[in-house]
Amino acid sequence: MLSAEEIKSIDHEVAKLPQKRAAVIEALKIIQQHRGWVSDESVTAIAEHLNMSPAEVDSVATFYNLIFRKPVGRHVILLCDSISCYVMGYKHIYEALQQKLQIKFGETTADQRFTLLPNACLGCCDHAPALMINNDLHRDIKLETLDDLLSKYT
Amino acid sequence: MERPLTKNIHAGRQPLSLKEYVSTGGYSSMQQVLKKFTPHEVQQLVQKSNLKGRGGAGFNTGMKWSFVPMGEDCPRPKYLIANADEMEPGTFKDRLLLEGNPHQLIEGMIIAAYAIQANISYIFLRWAYKKAAAILERSIQEAYEAGWLGQHIMGTGFSLDMHLHTGAGRYMCGEETALLNALEGKRATPRAKPPFPQVSGLFGKPTIVNNVETLCCVPHIIANGAEWFQGLSYSGDAGTKIYGVSGKVNNPGAWELPMGVTMRELIEEHAGGMKKGYRLKGVLPGGASTDFLTEQHMDIKMDFKSVAAAGSRLGTGTMVVMDDATCPVGFLHNLQHFFAQESCGWCTPCREGLPWVEKLLLAIEAGMGKQEDVDMLQMHTQWLQPGNTFCALAPGAMEPLQSALKYFREDFDRHIREKKCPY
Ligand SMILES: Cc1cc2nc3c(=O)[nH]c(=O)nc-3n(C[C@H](O)[C@H](O)[C@H](O)COP(=O)(O)O)c2cc1C
Ligand code: SF4
Ligand code: FES
Repeated sequence: MLSAEEIKSIDHEVAKLPQKRAAVIEALKIIQQHRGWVSDESVTAIAEHLNMSPAEVDSVATFYNLIFRKPVGRHVILLCDSISCYVMGYKHIYEALQQKLQIKFGETTADQRFTLLPNACLGCCDHAPALMINNDLHRDIKLETLDDLLSKYT
Repeated sequence: MERPLTKNIHAGRQPLSLKEYVSTGGYSSMQQVLKKFTPHEVQQLVQKSNLKGRGGAGFNTGMKWSFVPMGEDCPRPKYLIANADEMEPGTFKDRLLLEGNPHQLIEGMIIAAYAIQANISYIFLRWAYKKAAAILERSIQEAYEAGWLGQHIMGTGFSLDMHLHTGAGRYMCGEETALLNALEGKRATPRAKPPFPQVSGLFGKPTIVNNVETLCCVPHIIANGAEWFQGLSYSGDAGTKIYGVSGKVNNPGAWELPMGVTMRELIEEHAGGMKKGYRLKGVLPGGASTDFLTEQHMDIKMDFKSVAAAGSRLGTGTMVVMDDATCPVGFLHNLQHFFAQESCGWCTPCREGLPWVEKLLLAIEAGMGKQEDVDMLQMHTQWLQPGNTFCALAPGAMEPLQSALKYFREDFDRHIREKKCPY
């Protein structure tokens, strides 16, 4: 079941498009914003609302790196693992994060605080290494200030 | 030296509002076009300026527009799309334009849409660009309020709507036909060409997809003319270019410079040279899917023709520098991991070939490679050439690989001989 608020946001997107189904990515993102992730039930609800089959919705959902089909923690860390960040040592940042949080890529901390994911180039390669936490971009990441950075996300 | 695209962009400052943009002469090209130019005249002027697409392929922009059906009985609505998906690893130039001067892009889009008589336009923005999304949303709103978007712009017969679409993170969405599928709410697999999008694109209607930087050049060409635009350049390819350098250099960044500056000037002057203790070993001149150049190429001009003559591509013009302390095999493994992961899986050579390439490189990097593995890599560079795959992703992935095998072969062989990574 979609909430009234979710339906309103989705229909706002539908109105911009000549076909209802074209709003499917927006719908998935709206649901994720409200619920944190996209469950099978959510897929079915979106499918009904947009007159699509659940399989069609899922084929789109699974295509994208940033639609989560599993629950995630309160904060999602996206660490850039692309080439400039590789050259500038993102692996050291990854090792430090693994130590501090006791999780690897694809995992969530036991207290549900953080999910750690690799992400392709964040488009700020002149300030590598870079990562995003939720919607915030952090650049020129240094090992010494990593604790400070994480402490802002509780 | 003129920097038309970035002269009003200053690091750390807020982007130009509509009012500020207008005070720098903004939107006057659009007004001139709507009042005095026919669509055909706009298309001709842009073609004559020799503006070439900044999204990587370098096709003449005006020429591309000329393939759109015009006249009373052409299919409608027509669409104009700004490709702001910027996901090529090592590329960060469009971000600068989007976050710094959003109205320049919007004005460029209105003019381009007028030239092809498109009435609906989209900015296809990558998910990660949150700041740009907020700025664009606000700027589009401002343009509507000023009456420069919407119905009957400036009382003329021309109407244009503009929408912001943000993706959900997939490199393939930047490929123009995959982008169309993504906008239609489908999996972002590419489409067969022909028909080309110019004739049958979004929802089957004529569509032009242009890169952000390409569209940002357009208002300046209208304001100053084709000869002026050509005169900005040091070479046969017109205009300025947003170049970038990342890697272990003293001053990584992006700068607007005349098209055709040398790689040496970029790396040594603008990027401040290599960091102390490091030497330059190789350069990807235009993002992850371009062939390596090396120290011997430092004096080539960074334009489409010269970089091609040196065996690579200008691509996005944002270069990644590989230093002598970075293992070339590890570097390649990182790139191929990206391409294998981002392959859309539509065609077999790419879906099966790229993960194999990634595994071979991982084995070599870990000291478990055999000499035959290098031959197998070499064969993949042939199997995944253009023509054997559905889109340019896989051939693009082979560009850094084939050139690494040419320039850094000894590094591959050493890993195999010594059964470990020597770096
Ligand atoms: C896998 C792949 C990804 C691409 N990503 C982008 C991109 O993010 N931005 C872009 O402008 N062009 C990208 N392109 C190139 C587009 O297909 C297209 O050529 C370009 O947007 C045309 O604009 P232009 O003529 O102004 O250069 C990509 C191509 C491929 C094969
Ligand atoms: S080359 Fe790769 S990315 Fe392109 S269509 Fe084939 S599988 Fe998809
Ligand atoms: S490679 Fe990490 S931001 Fe571009």
